[in-house]
Amino acid sequence: MSKINSKLASVNGVNRRQFLATTAKASCVMGMVGLGLTTVSTQSRPLDPFAIRPPGALPEDDFLSACVRCGLCVEACPYDTLKLARWFDGAPTGTPYFTARNIPCEMCDDIPCVKACPSGSLDQKLDNIDDSKMGIAVLIDEKNCLNFRGLRCDVCYRVCPLIDKAITLVLQRNEKSDHHAMFLPTINPDLCTGCGKCEHACVTEQAVIKVLPRHIAMGKAAAHDTYQHTEETTLEMLNKGLSL
Amino acid sequence: MNIKHSNSPKSATRFANAAVNELGWWGAHRFLILRRISQLSVLSLFAIGPFLGLWLLKGNLSTSLLLDTIPLSDPLVTLQVLMSGHWPEISLLLGAVIIVGIYALLGGRVFCSWVCPVNIVTDLASWIRRKLSLPRTSEIPKNLRYYMLGLVLILPILTGVTVWEWLNPVPVVYRAILFGAGSGLWVLAVIFLLDTFVVERAWCSHLCPTGALFSLIGKVSPIKIAAIRAEACNNCMDCFTVCPERQVLKPVLKKGSIQPFILDSDCTLCGRCIDVCAPRVFQYTNRFNSNNSNRIPLKVESKL
Repeated sequence: MSKINSKLASVNGVNRRQFLATTAKASCVMGMVGLGLTTVSTQSRPLDPFAIRPPGALPEDDFLSACVRCGLCVEACPYDTLKLARWFDGAPTGTPYFTARNIPCEMCDDIPCVKACPSGSLDQKLDNIDDSKMGIAVLIDEKNCLNFRGLRCDVCYRVCPLIDKAITLVLQRNEKSDHHAMFLPTINPDLCTGCGKCEHACVTEQAVIKVLPRHIAMGKAAAHDTYQHTEETTLEMLNKGLSL
Repeated sequence: MNIKHSNSPKSATRFANAAVNELGWWGAHRFLILRRISQLSVLSLFAIGPFLGLWLLKGNLSTSLLLDTIPLSDPLVTLQVLMSGHWPEISLLLGAVIIVGIYALLGGRVFCSWVCPVNIVTDLASWIRRKLSLPRTSEIPKNLRYYMLGLVLILPILTGVTVWEWLNPVPVVYRAILFGAGSGLWVLAVIFLLDTFVVERAWCSHLCPTGALFSLIGKVSPIKIAAIRAEACNNCMDCFTVCPERQVLKPVLKKGSIQPFILDSDCTLCGRCIDVCAPRVFQYTNRFNSNNSNRIPLKVESKL
């Protein structure tokens, strides 16, 4: 092709062949970059599945799409509970989380972290801190729990802001001594806010009670499971039996 | 082996020596110094909050709250959130609108040269390149940043997550300083090495999607740099050497150009061309300044 011809066949000095080649190259590069980024982001999500989010946080996936990682909630927290995740911390970089064992949530009545959130990744509709679901406390190690060993530790129960609601002590006969009671800390997942005060206060070297994110702590019955209302049906059957 | 510009009489002398002699040291470094002061001031306004308890600005460059009332948000971050399918609180959207308004007025890439902390690192890399006379090893297309911008906005649609915020160096630097998240600074190290040893001005001028978006926003800006005395240009090439987007200078310095304004919105309005130019060719001005628009074509050109 002569120079004049190639000039004629071009826009802004780029001919069709160059244009197609550049576009193809750029698309490939962008594809690779996009794939890499997506891989990094989705791979590192499960690195810290135990990161506890601030009060009112949306479910993890929605939270990650909404959070702008500005740190306003962190700066609003009067107790330095919230931290912004750093690279290699596990939780997605720049997103807020807290480690209950270090500093638990103090459950402020005015919930300043939620008020500070500009993106709505912390649900602005949360107006009662007792309704927050940061996670759920789970007595994860009965073997080392002092109460399960027949002692009266009760620390987790006593520090709970919702004492006798979120954590109750359930009495049970101590089979070892045969004449003592065991006071077993028992969590009501419907009421537990996941503030982490129990985990923070647990006296053992490693906490035997831990706050887990809701999706890890909670099981889910299958939809076809007919035993979901066992209590009700049993009562019904009994009542029927009695009436006979 | 060491090939210097054969047509430049001052190749052996220090860069922009003529400007220093003509305008004095301050005159030849004004906008560089002012920009550094500006960049560090913005950072300081954020930092005095967590460090000294003076909360003028809360948050970081992603989103912040000025004096506890005025929201300011990075438009790219806001767009990503929208693309991920989440409708944010009104304050985030308002913050983005305010920022877009400010930079539409001042010039989009004023952000890049006067606010963005990454600019300090890439300018350092560029300075080192010049000092060591490192050869250009490879070139990448300038418009790759628009592909990056597209990618950054498409990925949230595909993944439902603001993927780019894992890496975005602008908030990474701010978070590193304000929230002690220093481990993210590896991103800066990568950019520094890339800029110094691989491609000249690779990050800011070729790849950064934030810069690309601000460039688009700046298209309507009235504030421009103009070559008001293009006829005085002595082709010393100092402005080309120092300009991070040297392609924007060509149209105004080209012989016969009657257009004095640098209209290309890739111009970061850093003012370094004003600094290093001994014949005082360039000046900050606005697009409507009619004093500049009646420029006559150069004598050389009238023959053509």
